[in-house]
Amino acid sequence: MAAHRCCFPVWLFILCSFSLFIIAGSQETTVAPEQHASVLDNPQTAAETAEQTAGESGGVEERRWEGTEVRDAAAQKQAEPAVLQPTPQPKDDFQEELVVRPLHSGDIYASFQFRTLWETDFMRGNKVSHYRLFPKSLGQVISKFSVRELHISFTQGYWRTMQWGQPYLPSPPGAELWVWFQDSVTDVDATWKELTNVLSGIFCASLNFIDSTNTVQPSASFKPLGIGNVTDHRFLRYATLPREIVCTENLTPWKKLLPCGSKAGLAVLLKSEKLFHSSFHSQAVHIRPVCQDWQCKTTSWELRQTLNVVFDLHNSGQGKREWSLFKMFSRTLTEACPLASSSKIYIDITDNPEGEQFELSPATSLLSQAMVLGDRRTFSVYDLTQQDTFGSVRSLNLLIRWKSTEGDMLRPLLHAERYVAGYGLQTGEIHTLMYNHHPYRSFPVLLLDSVPWYLRLYIHTLTVTSKGKDNKPSYIHYQPSKDRVRPHLLEMLVQLPPNSVTEVTVQFERALLKWTEYTPDPNHGFYVGSSVISSLVPSTVAMDTNSTRERPLFSSFFPCKEESSYFVRVYTEPLLVNLPTPDFSMPYNVICLTCTVVAVGYGSLYNLLTRSFQIEEPSPGLAKRIANVIRKMRGVPPL
Amino acid sequence: MSGLPGFLIDDRLHFPSCPSQGGQRFLVEMAAPLTLLLVLAVTIRAALFRSSLAELIAERVEVVSPITAWKRVVEGLALLDLGVSPYSGDVFHETPLIIYLFHFVVDYAEITFMLADVITAVALYMAVKDYNKQVFRKQKFALEADRYPLDCLELIRSPKEMYYIPLKVAMFYLLNPFTILSCVAKSTCGLNNAVVALFIFSTIKGNTLLSAIFLCLATYQSIYPLTLCAPAMLYLMQRQYIPVNFRRASFWWFIAQYLFMYLGSLFVLICLSFFLLGSWDYMPSVYGFILSVPDLTPNIGLFWYFFAEMFEHFRLFFLCVFQINVFFYTIPLSVKLKEHPVFLIFMQLAVISIFKSYPTVGDIALYMAFLPVWSHLYRFLRNTFLVSCVLLACSTLFPVLWHLWIYAGSANSNFYYAITLLFNVAQVGQPGRSQRRLLIESLTETPCSPLRKSQNEKSY
Repeated sequence: MAAHRCCFPVWLFILCSFSLFIIAGSQETTVAPEQHASVLDNPQTAAETAEQTAGESGGVEERRWEGTEVRDAAAQKQAEPAVLQPTPQPKDDFQEELVVRPLHSGDIYASFQFRTLWETDFMRGNKVSHYRLFPKSLGQVISKFSVRELHISFTQGYWRTMQWGQPYLPSPPGAELWVWFQDSVTDVDATWKELTNVLSGIFCASLNFIDSTNTVQPSASFKPLGIGNVTDHRFLRYATLPREIVCTENLTPWKKLLPCGSKAGLAVLLKSEKLFHSSFHSQAVHIRPVCQDWQCKTTSWELRQTLNVVFDLHNSGQGKREWSLFKMFSRTLTEACPLASSSKIYIDITDNPEGEQFELSPATSLLSQAMVLGDRRTFSVYDLTQQDTFGSVRSLNLLIRWKSTEGDMLRPLLHAERYVAGYGLQTGEIHTLMYNHHPYRSFPVLLLDSVPWYLRLYIHTLTVTSKGKDNKPSYIHYQPSKDRVRPHLLEMLVQLPPNSVTEVTVQFERALLKWTEYTPDPNHGFYVGSSVISSLVPSTVAMDTNSTRERPLFSSFFPCKEESSYFVRVYTEPLLVNLPTPDFSMPYNVICLTCTVVAVGYGSLYNLLTRSFQIEEPSPGLAKRIANVIRKMRGVPPL
Repeated sequence: MSGLPGFLIDDRLHFPSCPSQGGQRFLVEMAAPLTLLLVLAVTIRAALFRSSLAELIAERVEVVSPITAWKRVVEGLALLDLGVSPYSGDVFHETPLIIYLFHFVVDYAEITFMLADVITAVALYMAVKDYNKQVFRKQKFALEADRYPLDCLELIRSPKEMYYIPLKVAMFYLLNPFTILSCVAKSTCGLNNAVVALFIFSTIKGNTLLSAIFLCLATYQSIYPLTLCAPAMLYLMQRQYIPVNFRRASFWWFIAQYLFMYLGSLFVLICLSFFLLGSWDYMPSVYGFILSVPDLTPNIGLFWYFFAEMFEHFRLFFLCVFQINVFFYTIPLSVKLKEHPVFLIFMQLAVISIFKSYPTVGDIALYMAFLPVWSHLYRFLRNTFLVSCVLLACSTLFPVLWHLWIYAGSANSNFYYAITLLFNVAQVGQPGRSQRRLLIESLTETPCSPLRKSQNEKSY
């Protein structure tokens, strides 16, 4: 065993130095300037450190070395000339992290983020054919369909904002897909249709059910998140499938997109039997172009795969309020993904500065502060690329043991809910309630509602009231539905007064559909996708006088822009609406009966049209008739 | 035919409206009951508008259809205010002229609808009065020519009877619960009825141009009144003593004249609508909607459940069959009834209101108003009692079964469908029966003995 351990670093060292020679030899042609500069700067250190700890993990400096080393080794293994090619090496980078936030309800919120950056241009004339960290399937999708931005999420369960606070990445229940296309796309609708079908195959989801009846083009709510200042919403498509059920078959293709798959790194925790045994599960893929540096001279593509899950440990546990990685995921961590340039676990300990709420083990001294959703949060950081994180047992099993059950959460400043009012199957009313919990600031929100055509909205019944007064939206974008073609789209900008509830109501009428248009379980009802509320919410930090007290006085008079407000997107519940149904067993009967009635109408008219009235002589009596017969036989004229 | 007793003839030869009898007095005499009737009708409507029932009635699917619902008119106006074309969605299906009209009078909608009913009633009243005068004149000639057999006397209308017929017509329209419901629900069907009534009035008055214009307006509102073209032309020709003869130039000249006026005003209207909104969007949204029946909201007609349950690949075929049904009877009926154009109008109205794609009770009310015109022939009607009972029962059962299906959930769509089916069975007999009645009447004008004949006629 020991001999084996010794052999390995030596072998690596030889490999590494060999590759260094090659790189040094071909530096004029092969390696991009920055990269080989770093190589040249500290080749000595690199070699040393590789020798020292080129085992299972390394420090921050070594990690980069490990990455290079593996890449070079791989390149070497494939073919020698690959290194000698004049084309520059793809500059890509992979990071992974896990954020764990103990929630006040006793639940645990775990958020995985995997980020792949690649400096390439998919839109170039010649095709990108060499993929390293970036998944090829998605790269091909981007280049084939001229996608500028792609955001897709699959969610099971509903995020309870009032209990759990704001999520890091909000997503509506079911599937959501929104795509910005490049402005070179001529037929956006056809491209969109094709794209949804391809994505449906990639993610094993029913995205092929996205068609014109559930696709909208929001005018203001969904702006590009990456670089590029396009505002022409003709190139934007947004669709939700609130009925979509997310399960293992969606998780497996999602995991396959990761560079390490589920073999190493944080992704080993993603065991589907545990992930789907949770209160909330959401997985997403976001692709966007981002700037490489602050001057934005070069752009690169960012692929962000996120997975958010809320475990209800309090209920499923054995009455004890404690959790660990093993308890949540039935796995512990043993290594970082070797391809990752950074691999970290963050535990939110903001509410627990003195350790009075819960106890964290193993303890870490590394702390980090970040502005998250307008709040300054403190995190304990576990760097998986550091060997000592794993301790002597060579596995990391984080454990939180709760000490007290109380604790109050800062109420989320923006919160929304929605329901259907009314009874019967003829009409109804959609109520959307938007809460502004800010004590003194009002702020505008953008409300987006996409309602299927079979609920016929009456826009003249739209009312917006807050604090019992009419609150006229300053901007309304309404696109009425077309039967069987497109849904209603309602977008409006509403100012939410401080500390208030704003109620938006609109009446609708339920349509009777053709019998083939109903789902297989028509009496279950029809889903209406979540409303989307997007807003710049004033930060809680600005409310907090304690934080400004720490700062120098000259810096704290005007609230600075970055901290004064932050962007929040809130999704409401999807609605389940019943529609009147015909009797599905009766098509033949109905066709027969109705046709009969029409035929009776036709018959009676036909009868009268063809009938001619004649004067009829009163019919002779029997005796006379017999007499006539006899007279006829006799050849005498009848009577 | 030795003739009738003198006193009888005297009695039946004088129509009270003859100027010799004092037209002024007559006008006053007749205007008073009509005014009373109008006041009563308006009072009922105004009271219902003020009551809480109005909202309930406005939601009833029997009273409003997707085309005529007031809610949708308001929605169209709201869309226009938002800067969205009302026809870009699938809620508003009225013509641009209706938008234009209600753009100004939306605050006085209740008055507008009451006014529409009043106009309809008065127009029908005047039209029927005029028509009766002509009938009476014809009858007088026949009597003088001794063309009536003695046993037909019961069928000859006495002036006293005829005196009240116009009033009865107005009453049948204004006090018909169907009309009242339709008006209280602010169904634009009332406006269409007013246009049709004005068309009938101007036709009977013999004003060719106005007749063509009003017919064109009615057609523009909902395609179906197109079939009223034939009776209007027949009547006007009859009035101008133009023989219905294909070989006569005067016949073709008249048809060309009428069609020119009709199509010309239609062209003007369509262009006007185009310029009002600046787009042709309204064509598919109004006429495409009427013809292709995409909205399957339940109503009293035959279309909704049939097409909800239809197999997709037969849909177009049956759509054509059902729509042709409305237009199809025009030609044979015009041939058969060319001597009775007013009756033909009545028949066409009935056929339209039964077979149109989105019928409401307001449409039925219009043709029902004509029933008193031929009241002297009721004795030839069969199953009157049964039919009126069925219609009455169905009218009450509509809301009951609707409630059971939509609100209580204890019945399903078949219940409501069954009632619409029964309602239509009772109705489809109506034109047929009435026609039979009229055919018998036409026999009474021939020197023969129709009574005996009709009693022996085989039933069908």
